[in-house]
Amino acid sequence: MELLIPDTGLFILQTIAFFILLFVLQKFAWKPILSGLKERESSIENALASAEKAKEEMEALQSDNQKLLAEARAERDKILKQAMEVANNIKEEAREETSKISEKMLADAKATIEIEKKAALADVKNLVAQLSLDITEKVIRQELKDTKAQQALVDEYVKDLNLN
Amino acid sequence: MMKKSNKSLSKVLIASVLIVAFSFSFSGSVWAKESSDATEKEGGSTDFIMHHIADDYQWHIITLGHTHVTLPLPIIIYEKGSGFKFFMSSDFYDADHNPIAHEGYEIEHGSLHATGEEHHAFYDVSITKNVASLLLSIVLLLVVFLSVAKRYKQGMGAPKGIQSFFEPVIVFIRDDIAKINIGADKYERFMPYLLTLFFFILFNNLLGLTPGAANLTGNIAVTLSLALFTFFITQFNGKKAYWTHILWTPGVPLPLRPIILVVEIIGIFTKPISLTLRLFASITAGHIVVLSIIGLGFILNSLVVGVVGTLFSTIITLIEILVAVIQAYVFTLFSSMYIGQAVDDGHH
Repeated sequence: MELLIPDTGLFILQTIAFFILLFVLQKFAWKPILSGLKERESSIENALASAEKAKEEMEALQSDNQKLLAEARAERDKILKQAMEVANNIKEEAREETSKISEKMLADAKATIEIEKKAALADVKNLVAQLSLDITEKVIRQELKDTKAQQALVDEYVKDLNLN
Repeated sequence: MMKKSNKSLSKVLIASVLIVAFSFSFSGSVWAKESSDATEKEGGSTDFIMHHIADDYQWHIITLGHTHVTLPLPIIIYEKGSGFKFFMSSDFYDADHNPIAHEGYEIEHGSLHATGEEHHAFYDVSITKNVASLLLSIVLLLVVFLSVAKRYKQGMGAPKGIQSFFEPVIVFIRDDIAKINIGADKYERFMPYLLTLFFFILFNNLLGLTPGAANLTGNIAVTLSLALFTFFITQFNGKKAYWTHILWTPGVPLPLRPIILVVEIIGIFTKPISLTLRLFASITAGHIVVLSIIGLGFILNSLVVGVVGTLFSTIITLIEILVAVIQAYVFTLFSSMYIGQAVDDGHH
């Protein structure tokens, strides 16, 4: 039963001692410990956050690079395509030009040939005409040796004239 | 595997040796009591248990044969009218360790009495065994936690040595006791109290388990003092919601209000009483069990019972270490719950 009755002296001393302990520990132990803990925790948190941020930045940078690379590739493709087009155009134009020139040359040749041909034909015609005249003259000379034949012919002509 | 089992075996051995040393520290008194109280009632040997658990004016360390090795402690008396008086506890015992009167006072049945005809009203504030143990624990607490705090003052860095041992405990009290029960926005103000409370109880619980030590946290004056700290902190921090809940409990029909009011007001006082008794009872009970089991060997005068009892009390002591931690945790937990109820804004 004695155990259940609090001893006054011990109670008083315990209260005072605990109060002093509380005061001293609060001021010199708990305050630095708790603030130190808090500081450390927040610094760790900050470090983690900045690491995360750096990672994100890195990723952004990487994606930027990727984008830049893709753009460069697209640009290159475009330039290549354009160059190809230009080359094709030039080729096409050259081909057209060539064909035009050859056509023209062909046409010129044809025209020349035509002219030559006409000239030759005219020559032939003249020759033929001369020859026919010559032949006709000779034939006529031969035919009109007698006057009878000459009369006959004139008659014929007159007959024709009359008819007209 | 082998190494591990060896390690645990050696731990049990060390604990057993401690227990044997522990039992030696009072075995002499058991024998002494046996011989002197032989004519008295049977089973009078249990007196040594009460003697061990109760406070004392001197620190009895060990009895070798018939020589009591004791540490005399100062006796301080505040006498009304004449002020403080200082003695040593050795003044009150003769060479054969029998109590004698000294300057109008004597120690009888473990407490100080005035012997003279004229009774002065006096207060006994002696440095008893418990007070000496209290001071020792305070010195220990200060040494430990000031050195831990020094590491934090040196700036940031990974915890080292003693700091890394206590830091998780401090963080546990902060995060899993204070923050949860008091609230993340209000707990900081109560952290110093809760930390001091926890470590004070823990250190003294563990000190109480060492051989020849005092039984400070198993003393009702100490636990009452601690419970009253929590009680006053709770009441002084009581917000409107707390007092409304007690005086005008919401949602109670009018005819029941007087009954609820009485129940609530009783509830205010049962909290510190339960805190006081829980710690006192669990620590004292643990000591009584250990001492009883060891005492069994002496009472039955049997070597076998003594050896088995010592081994058994070793196991009980290991459980007591667990109880020491749990009780420190429970006292702190309940204190923070009571404070948490008081500072609650009423927004559920």
